[in-house]
Amino acid sequence: MRINPKTLEEVAFKLLEKAATSLPDDVKKALKSAYEREDSPTAKTELKNILDNIESAEKLKKPLCQDTGMISFYVRSREIENFVEVRKALIDATVKATETIPLRPNAVHPITRKNTGNNVGEHIPHIEWIYTDQDHVELIASIKGGGSENMSALAMITPGLGVKGVKKFIVDTVVKAGAQPCPPTIVGVGLGGTVEISFKLAKLALLRPLGSRNKDKDISRLEDELFNLINQTGVGPMGLGGKTTCLDVKIEYAHCHTATLPVAVYFQCWADRRASAKISLDGSFEFIV
Amino acid sequence: MVEYRLKTPLKEDEVRKLNVGDILYITGTIFSARDQAHRRILEYAEKGLELPFNLDGAVIFHVGPIMQRKDDRWVVVSAGPTTSTRMNSTTPKLLERFRVRVIIGKGGMSFEVAEALKRFGAVYCHFTGGAGVLAAKNIKEVEGVEWIDLGMPEAVWKLKVEDFGPVTVTIDSKGRSLYETVKKSVEENLKKIYQQI
Repeated sequence: MRINPKTLEEVAFKLLEKAATSLPDDVKKALKSAYEREDSPTAKTELKNILDNIESAEKLKKPLCQDTGMISFYVRSREIENFVEVRKALIDATVKATETIPLRPNAVHPITRKNTGNNVGEHIPHIEWIYTDQDHVELIASIKGGGSENMSALAMITPGLGVKGVKKFIVDTVVKAGAQPCPPTIVGVGLGGTVEISFKLAKLALLRPLGSRNKDKDISRLEDELFNLINQTGVGPMGLGGKTTCLDVKIEYAHCHTATLPVAVYFQCWADRRASAKISLDGSFEFIV
Repeated sequence: MVEYRLKTPLKEDEVRKLNVGDILYITGTIFSARDQAHRRILEYAEKGLELPFNLDGAVIFHVGPIMQRKDDRWVVVSAGPTTSTRMNSTTPKLLERFRVRVIIGKGGMSFEVAEALKRFGAVYCHFTGGAGVLAAKNIKEVEGVEWIDLGMPEAVWKLKVEDFGPVTVTIDSKGRSLYETVKKSVEENLKKIYQQI
């Protein structure tokens, strides 16, 4: 199939704008119920500031967090004929969004630290193609800040330690991260696969709506269990103490080598900025999230 | 918990009396500085060069703002705090060389920084991470920018603020830290959590 690059660029720009200046309803709902649940004044103040900030950002159409992150696009569609054009459209949308929304230019060379000034660089924005058998294109834009990236971690658990080893590593990683990834976080977990697959799965888990559960019963039980354990740590909003350390735990899994058990923990700060749209072949589109 | 309205430049005795939990609103000028700016400030100090801004009695804000050029001036779009731990290694020296009195950021700082705050008379304050629009509301004007070659997030922005806050003192100059208090209770909770795993 062929995707009209003009439409795609327009939709990508709108998604970046929506993602930077508002939050999905599921995230706002989770933050509001966290505010209700907390009883310590410090935790309540932090959540109140977060909620007020979201409200102001949505009203003023300004980026709710100054760290407008690294940009990733996920294109779900049938096999695409005009791959090069589509890639260019997503890059052009990124440049335009950086200039006009505006987004903070964050892309720097890893050695020289020189900023490209437009959020475009080697392999950036990240574009991932997910092939489906649908007759439409689904475009997801994700912007993710640096603070939560810095605290993410991988462990190659000894398979003999089993699920206990997995749980301990995840809880320990949350505690070690403390205040730094801007809790309450959303904890994305990639379980199994290979080192490479585990982080890709953790990111896909983060793209799922809050409250959604893995269709595998053992995995969904683990999601619930970790959600409860992490919220018993007392790290709390912004790491200043409280009942809400995470808004959710979402896990995706893959089968792994019989000698390995990879666990990727990928933090998402409370500013869980993602937006998606369905683009039909006639060029019309609608927002999904 | 006491609320204070402070004006820059700050004096040592004004800051020494602050306690963990106090709420501050700051009026005057604050400077943005993060990783690269800290490195350059210390390089200047090493070489004996004069800084293009005055850090005497200053407030440093760990922030990489989004700025927009409108006609001939800069406008703040969003300016919440960044993770302060990245400045752990450079801050004790900064406090030793310059009379910085307040650091605003998020996530807390190390024991070495807390010791330096105590020794040189300064405090560390918390502003809600990610609350970029709330922070921008209290910034009245961009007075100037230095070291823009470091890029928009890493440059030093001179920001005119009015009642910038509420910021909470989370590490005071008496060696007390809210992060240490939380850390202790988390360690206790962790013992109970391990039993359930």
